[in-house]
Amino acid sequence: MAATAPERSKRSPFIVELYRSALGKKYVMAITGIVGLGYVLAHMIGNLKLYQSAEDFNLYAETLRELLYPIAPEGLVLNLLRGVLILALVGHVVAAAQLTAMNRRARPESYRSKRDYVAADFAARTMRWTGVIVLLFLFYHLADLTWAVTPLHEAGDTVYDRVLNSFNNPASAGFYILANLALGFHLYHGVWSLFQSMGWNNRRFNHWRRTLAVAFTVVVIGGNLSFVIAVLTGVIS
Amino acid sequence: MTVLDSRVPDGPLATKWEDHKFDMKLVNPNNKRKFEIIVVGTGLAGASAAATLGELGYRVKAFTYHDSARRAHSIAAQGGINAAKNYHGDGDSVYRLFYDTIKGGDYRSREANVHRLAEVSNNIIDQCVAQGVPFAREYGGLLDNRSFGGAQVSRTFYARGQTGQQLLLGAYQALSRQVKAGSVELHTNQEMLELVVVDGHAVGIVTRDLVTGEITRHSAHAVVLGTGGYSNAFYLSTMAMSCNATAIWRAHRKGAFFANPCYTQIHPTAIPSSDEFQSKLTLMSESLRNDGRIWVPKDPDESRAVADIPEQDRDYYLERKYPSFGNLAPRDISSRAAKVVVDEGRGVGPLKNGVYLDFADAISRLGREAVADKYGNLFDMYERITGENPYEVPMRIYPAPHYTMGGLWVDYHLQTTIPGLFAIGEANFSDHGANRLGASALMQGLADGYFVLPYTIGDYLAPQLGQPKVEVTAPEFDEAEAEVRGRIDHYLGVGGSRSVDWFHRELGKILWDYCGMGRNQAGLEKALSEIPALREEFESDVRVLGSAESLNSSLEKVGRVADTFELAELMCRDALTREESCGGHFREEHQTEEGEAQRDDENFAHVTAWEWSGDSASPNEHREALVYEEVQLTTRSYK
Amino acid sequence: MNLTLRVWRQAGPDAPGRFETYEARDVSPDSSFLEMLDLVNEDLIAQGEVPIEFMHDCREGICGTCGMMINGQAHGPQALTATCQLHMRTFSDGDEIVLEPWRATGFPIIKDLVVDRSAFDRIIESGGYVTVDTNSAPDANLIPIPKETADLAMDAAACIGCGACVAACPNGAAQLFTSAKVAQLNMLPQGQAERYDRAEHMVEVMEEHFGSCTNMGECEAACPKGISIDFIAMMNKDYRKAKFRGRRSA
Repeated sequence: MAATAPERSKRSPFIVELYRSALGKKYVMAITGIVGLGYVLAHMIGNLKLYQSAEDFNLYAETLRELLYPIAPEGLVLNLLRGVLILALVGHVVAAAQLTAMNRRARPESYRSKRDYVAADFAARTMRWTGVIVLLFLFYHLADLTWAVTPLHEAGDTVYDRVLNSFNNPASAGFYILANLALGFHLYHGVWSLFQSMGWNNRRFNHWRRTLAVAFTVVVIGGNLSFVIAVLTGVIS
Repeated sequence: MTVLDSRVPDGPLATKWEDHKFDMKLVNPNNKRKFEIIVVGTGLAGASAAATLGELGYRVKAFTYHDSARRAHSIAAQGGINAAKNYHGDGDSVYRLFYDTIKGGDYRSREANVHRLAEVSNNIIDQCVAQGVPFAREYGGLLDNRSFGGAQVSRTFYARGQTGQQLLLGAYQALSRQVKAGSVELHTNQEMLELVVVDGHAVGIVTRDLVTGEITRHSAHAVVLGTGGYSNAFYLSTMAMSCNATAIWRAHRKGAFFANPCYTQIHPTAIPSSDEFQSKLTLMSESLRNDGRIWVPKDPDESRAVADIPEQDRDYYLERKYPSFGNLAPRDISSRAAKVVVDEGRGVGPLKNGVYLDFADAISRLGREAVADKYGNLFDMYERITGENPYEVPMRIYPAPHYTMGGLWVDYHLQTTIPGLFAIGEANFSDHGANRLGASALMQGLADGYFVLPYTIGDYLAPQLGQPKVEVTAPEFDEAEAEVRGRIDHYLGVGGSRSVDWFHRELGKILWDYCGMGRNQAGLEKALSEIPALREEFESDVRVLGSAESLNSSLEKVGRVADTFELAELMCRDALTREESCGGHFREEHQTEEGEAQRDDENFAHVTAWEWSGDSASPNEHREALVYEEVQLTTRSYK
Repeated sequence: MNLTLRVWRQAGPDAPGRFETYEARDVSPDSSFLEMLDLVNEDLIAQGEVPIEFMHDCREGICGTCGMMINGQAHGPQALTATCQLHMRTFSDGDEIVLEPWRATGFPIIKDLVVDRSAFDRIIESGGYVTVDTNSAPDANLIPIPKETADLAMDAAACIGCGACVAACPNGAAQLFTSAKVAQLNMLPQGQAERYDRAEHMVEVMEEHFGSCTNMGECEAACPKGISIDFIAMMNKDYRKAKFRGRRSA
């Protein structure tokens, strides 16, 4: 006999209720993803100063601390931005973990025979893993260049020096390249995907979504990889 | 032999239904919930009836053997649904639709029912559009129509080539709304295996859960059957694999008369079978005949490739025999003409079992693109099934059993000869006479379910107010359940050597050969001796493996095929008794000099309704005289 | 042609399952995939073995009953084709074909290759309709609907409810099925009154049974009717609007 759909439980504040739904979590993924996209793009553009000179690059790093100073106390804006980024990151990771758990519940027993995927590309199927790689790299990257706690650096190194130290170390450079490739796949699927999740859908422009995803990925990852290549080939020294 | 009372109300034809709606007894809205109604089948008729009865406030129990109410075979109807909207101002009217339907049915249907059908056809379109059925539209945003066989006006509403699907989903969604509202209790995977009659009234059913094997009794104040037709008696047909006649046959055995079982429709444009193990035939839309030319080689021993056969060696037999209608001759006529040429040994294809439907002329006249625009989907479907590209080589087609006009006899209220048992949609016999016009099956199913049965059933229920339904502990339920269990145990225990499908296939061959497109006395008599013989073999040699306590499709099939044996006998007997040709029933002894069907209005302007006598070899015959007050009986001519 | 089949056999919902190997001999390339299975079943019956249960009914690609994983793809290798419309000429003599039932929590296995898809009915019951009682409809031509809208609605309405989208989705999500119905009704004038309630209720019932969408597009590729994932975006938008507009009825 057929049962009817159960009645909904009592109402919570709408934002809580929205988040409770998988679609709400998808919106969180998309919006925090957009924050992340803005960050990686700005980060890449800022780092282009590596090509100008060590002084310019170090000045840029310093200026970031002094954003809006003296209107705001030194470091406040940067820390606020950091706060937003951390929140976005946590939101992105938590929502992803919850959605993954939900999807595992939706198919606890996987197919016994080999799946033959038709549409799901490498990027789409590896979001979870590229995400984890990027996250691990993020901690390493901060430890390496921001906190300088890795053994690559000596006291008194400028940020510029640290970049060079890091990229001249094969293991460190290799991790950087791997993480950027992972980030590339993650960005490619993420950019196109966020339009679907947010329901930004217009038949006339839909085919541009993939193009935009490719363009954004190429620009950001191309820029990032150019730095390590420039260091390894001696263009920057 | 008794003469049946159809309970057609008095008064002028045009206002009979409206007047009668006023005259019928009503159940007060607050009292409706005191009545329980069982609806078996959730196709167009069953789902629309269950939904509407639920909306009205009755407590409904709906049953389907499918896993969901959305799977019924109504879903496969392609072409469209007729309605007398006259949106195109080409002179259509309720009367014209009524007239065309009577004529198309070769003057063997009941006037009052057909007129009512034409009247409510317009309400159906309104209802379905309001439900969100995405009918095709013109650029101005209004509904589009196309024309269909047997009519000279454009009155067919359609949703691409999936009209049946969209209408069924509309009804399914209306039903789902009532399930959610709690007014309809939907039982899926439940097959009705017995009808329960107490004191001459239908009071319940016994069902088997196809997944768990559980046998359950259900009682109610009335039982409605919307369980479809019986074309699968032929084994190879355009029906879905599980379509069957068990529900109506069980009702027949409990006293419901079976009307005109020999009226079966053979659709002219199906893809011919490719081998012995083919399980079903696929229909290609009749619309293809608008541009395709039908032919076979003149020489039965033709061995050249299609393209090398010159014009003078081809026989465009429809254009030759019916110059004015040509390739668009009605279904029954085109089908028979194809059979004639194939029987002459001039069939085409590896098994010589088809005729060509050739688009070469259309492609050279209109261009390949224009043809693809009109028929692209159908061409793709054909290629998928046959592996041949119809742009390059002609399609091969052959007629296939498709619809059964016969069914349980019902009166004007759609009530069978068992009080409290109603039959709707293809399961009854009422509206199509001896031949159904295209785009009329959907119309009838929905008319019965949405607009007729929900009112007429009130007339039966109203006097019972205050009476509780019969308890399922009644001895009649014990008997019915014992009967069901007995059959299951019997078939599981036979332990024979052949599969159910083998017997079904053999039965289908007999029926197709002797009770198919052309019938004659000798053949029918042969069938009437072969069917019981095969039945005997079936009873002792069928092999059903597995258990009754789980999903077991062989077990499901065996009961259905057993019932089909008896029904097949009745079809042949009815065909033998009806010594005339009309619509889909073509008795070779009764044809004009040109080989056309010859009716005998003097002796056969009646419905034959058969009563189960306890022995399938000797059913009792009853008649309902067909009285025509409005239309003149004439000979159909499509020359 | 001769083929080797590896078929998932499972006696009941809670029974353990395993692959069994069968030979399909003398299969005509013109026969359909399901007719090939009929043939194997005939052989099994002749040998006294219980035949393989599989889902099927109309065998013309419209009822949505059939469906199984064929060599790791929902409905097999041919695009826009339900299992019943797949023909053996797609395969080659000597091929090994692996058959597995749909797998998802929302589609529990009943027996062999048969699964229970009633969760789809729960989704439709939660709002996949327009509330209009029989006999209360206005004239059908009262509201003109642009042809483009009607055609797009028909694209969505073409869904046959077979469940291939869920089966193919790496997450076991039912977004394509749900969005096809939400989109069809929500883009038509008739569906406007209940538009946001519909999106909200259907999404929430869907999420009780199925996984979430990660926009991989496997569903669209597996869909025998070619339903577009654009409809998923449309549903996501209406769900968001439903929440933000606070249009929930009390």
